Amino acid sequence: MVDKALGDKIPEFGKSKGGDQSVGLTNLSAFASGPGIKTFGEVAAIIAVAVFIIGGAEFAIRFYEVPQYIMPPPSEIVAALFTDFHFIGPHLVHTLIELFSGYAIGASIGLLLAAIITQFPFAEKIVAPYILMLVTTPMLALVPLLILRFGFGYEPRIIAVALASGPMVMINAATGFRRVDLAKIALARSFGASTFQIFLKIRVPMALPMIIVGLMIGAIFGLLTAVGAEMVGGGFGLGNRLTTFSATLKMPQFFAVILVLSILGILIYVFFFLVGKKWASWES
Amino acid sequence: MSGTGTSKLVVDNATKYYDTKSGPLHALDNVSMQVKDGEFACVVGPSGCGKTTLLWSIAGLHSLTDGHVLLDGEHVTGPHPQIGMVFQEANLLPWRNLDKNIEFPFEIKGQKPDRKHIDHLIDRVGLTGFGGKFPRELSGGMQQRAAIVRALSFNPSLLLMDEPFGALDAFTRDEMNLLVEEIWLETRKTIVFITHNIAEAVFLSDRVFVMSARPGRIAKVFDIGFERPRTLDLLASKEVFDLVNEIKAEIEHEPSQAKEEAAADAG
Repeated sequence: MVDKALGDKIPEFGKSKGGDQSVGLTNLSAFASGPGIKTFGEVAAIIAVAVFIIGGAEFAIRFYEVPQYIMPPPSEIVAALFTDFHFIGPHLVHTLIELFSGYAIGASIGLLLAAIITQFPFAEKIVAPYILMLVTTPMLALVPLLILRFGFGYEPRIIAVALASGPMVMINAATGFRRVDLAKIALARSFGASTFQIFLKIRVPMALPMIIVGLMIGAIFGLLTAVGAEMVGGGFGLGNRLTTFSATLKMPQFFAVILVLSILGILIYVFFFLVGKKWASWES
Repeated sequence: MSGTGTSKLVVDNATKYYDTKSGPLHALDNVSMQVKDGEFACVVGPSGCGKTTLLWSIAGLHSLTDGHVLLDGEHVTGPHPQIGMVFQEANLLPWRNLDKNIEFPFEIKGQKPDRKHIDHLIDRVGLTGFGGKFPRELSGGMQQRAAIVRALSFNPSLLLMDEPFGALDAFTRDEMNLLVEEIWLETRKTIVFITHNIAEAVFLSDRVFVMSARPGRIAKVFDIGFERPRTLDLLASKEVFDLVNEIKAEIEHEPSQAKEEAAADAG
């Protein structure tokens, strides 16, 4: 029996690599461009720039007496984050619940679809335009409709997060699964590997760098959508806090929420960066 | 082990067409060859002549359009547990360290790795202590050593080697050729070795099968009788020089004929 992937392809090794071979997590990473922070001078430079930017903002805002309702100084934002955290913390939990539930649903469906669809190039061609539509349509636009149907609870937000993150995961994972290295498949096949073993031991590891990129982009899009959906309607979540604080001109608290969201985004990025370093570093 | 006498491997009238966008591509044309048990056979030919296609067909990775392959008298119709393969450019899995790469065949077969045998082989090729290294951390020669260990790890009786040292520099290639001969002398496995380097073929083999340009056919077979173990001095000898030139001439006078046939096929 001859394996389907090897089928009747001409064994050309050099040309078997897809055009997207070099796409990896590291391409998206500012951290990965260098050998890492090492010298005292580098650390000093990073701290100096941070002090300059944050300190400069603090100074400029105070010097020009910028009104608080336009832009509070950084010190007041950080102060508000700590003193008023009890106003923010519970809403952070709501946002995280929406993010995790929606992302878990969206990412797993996205991964599964990517794995299946790439095995059938013809089916992929048929489905591609709809996937592209899902990727490019802002899912926030659907939130009012979802609220009409599901009310002001978690459901519309979770659905929006799943709809935003799923296609992102899928389109990137599919790019990964489409990478075919004939020689590696032939290797596994020469030991008698089944199609499923080839998928598990060759195709999945080869796709992993792109899968991790997809999971990261999906998670960040999920966060954006969760907050956006909370701003559209409902009485809880960090997005809801943003609209409430801005409506009541509580700008230090407003920016404290923005700060929390930035930290959340950076944590997502760093998490997937580390995952990529652990599981996909063979690529670079 | 049946009616084919001492022939370990029989390729009988192997013909192969590939379907391509520009029509069928005639890769192999009635290739027949017999390799004796324990023999070291090399196949040489110009690039694109179907050497790899022939090897993949022997390994059961490809189906033949016509003809068949017999191993120990039995039809090879798919991957065979008695066949080990060494690929071009090592073909190690970059996400696995050397140990995991070498144990990969056992993982696929669902068997416990034969660590004793593997460690012996690792020691034999001089890779002891490198088990935790990843392929990218090793030189091309070391990667190919690991690939040889991987192919021998499950103790196949037929070893197929597909231009294994083509990407290596001349010095490393010489070193690897000596290593392959030593291992062959110790294990006496049947080896089919593909190369476009005629000197390498002459140095290694008992017999050299010369393939014509596409569509690949066996144009001529040369018996190589030099004593074993062979040394690198042999490569500088007059006999080898003459033999290499003779084989070269055989390959060079072939293409025109093959091209005419290819043109006739296309037309």
